[in-house]
Amino acid sequence: MNINLTLFGQMIAFALFIWFCMKFIWPPVINAMQERQRKIAEGLQEADRASKDLELAQKSATDTLREAKVQAAQLIEQANKRANQLIEEAKDNARAEGERIKVAAQADIEQEVQRAKEALRAQLASLSLLGAEKILQTSINQEAHSKMLEQLAAEL
Amino acid sequence: MAEGHLPTTSEYIGHHLQNLVYGKFPDGHWGFAQSAQDAKAMGFMSINVDSMGWSLFLGLLFIWLFRKVAKSATSGVPGGVQNFIEMVVEFVNQSVKDGFHGKSALVAPLALTIFMWVLFMNTMDLMPVDLIPLVAQKIGVFAFGADPHHVFFKVVPTTDPNITFGMSITVFLLMIFYSVREKGLGGFIGELTLQPFGKFLIPFNFLLEGVGLFAKPISLALRLYGNLFAGELIFIMIALLPFWAQWVLNFPWAVFHILIIILQAYIFMMLTIVYMNMAHEKH
Repeated sequence: MNINLTLFGQMIAFALFIWFCMKFIWPPVINAMQERQRKIAEGLQEADRASKDLELAQKSATDTLREAKVQAAQLIEQANKRANQLIEEAKDNARAEGERIKVAAQADIEQEVQRAKEALRAQLASLSLLGAEKILQTSINQEAHSKMLEQLAAEL
Repeated sequence: MAEGHLPTTSEYIGHHLQNLVYGKFPDGHWGFAQSAQDAKAMGFMSINVDSMGWSLFLGLLFIWLFRKVAKSATSGVPGGVQNFIEMVVEFVNQSVKDGFHGKSALVAPLALTIFMWVLFMNTMDLMPVDLIPLVAQKIGVFAFGADPHHVFFKVVPTTDPNITFGMSITVFLLMIFYSVREKGLGGFIGELTLQPFGKFLIPFNFLLEGVGLFAKPISLALRLYGNLFAGELIFIMIALLPFWAQWVLNFPWAVFHILIIILQAYIFMMLTIVYMNMAHEKH
């Protein structure tokens, strides 16, 4: 093994290669790799966040659904209550109306009866007069007896 | 071969272990060494054309491949090549995170360069031992009129100590630089002299820490060199078997060697990270 100028040749070449590698090879390659690493990390984070968002959205969706159900139930209950109320009201109204009609009818009947009585009374006076006339077969002083007959009719 | 006799075993091995050397002959003219003696005589003023060439080619291959991806790197869905590059970068980045606790723009690209480059250079070990040298020999003979016996060619740069020491010494210089920058010159010298035994044993401390310091680049370079050299040597020896018997040893050794190739690249990278961490650590 003889050491000769090759030693220096190799040293110079080595130094140049190191310099070139340091300037033009290492930085772009390592930068690209780190950039990719960053991108992947970001992507993973994004996916994580998205799945969390999805979870949240699902939760809020079920919440909303439950709320809606509760509201619907409330509404139905309210509606039922209102319907019952309406029915009750209608019933009351009907009852009141019936009562009123009945009262009016009774008043009418009363009136008719009164009128009939009036008529009867009027007819009865003359009839009884006529009857008494017939029975007594005498003429009666109409003026003397009509007062008495009127009194009799008023007692009816 | 060309002179009509087959090389002996030791000639074959020796031929395979000799680099293609271009340098200054003792008489002053420059040229390719014709033999191991020539290469030795050239001494320091020479260059191993084969290891240097492959080393540069593989380094540029690494740079080209990674630059191509870096230019079109997207943080969206990565394509096939980008996936592979990112896998490597991620692996290196993780190793740096585990081993290096300071903040530095240099350590990670340094680790990546070491890992990929050493891995590529080691992988040349899996090339058939005679294939590329044979091609080189043909080119040498036809293009340059060289004697085929004098065309040497080693294809695995990391079996050349020049290459491994070149890298480990660069790492060592970076270590010293960052130690001084992070701890100050005083801090660095203090670290070398005031521990482990306090200020009354400064010379002894210095000796101990000095050996420890210099052992780092030497062990780093020799570990890689030794592993790959031994592996290549065994491939060469397996190539000496009759061709029909080679696969029996060749296949298991190659499979085992895939592990060695990656492991050695990883160890070089990991130790560099650890050393750089020590340079940045304050006591």
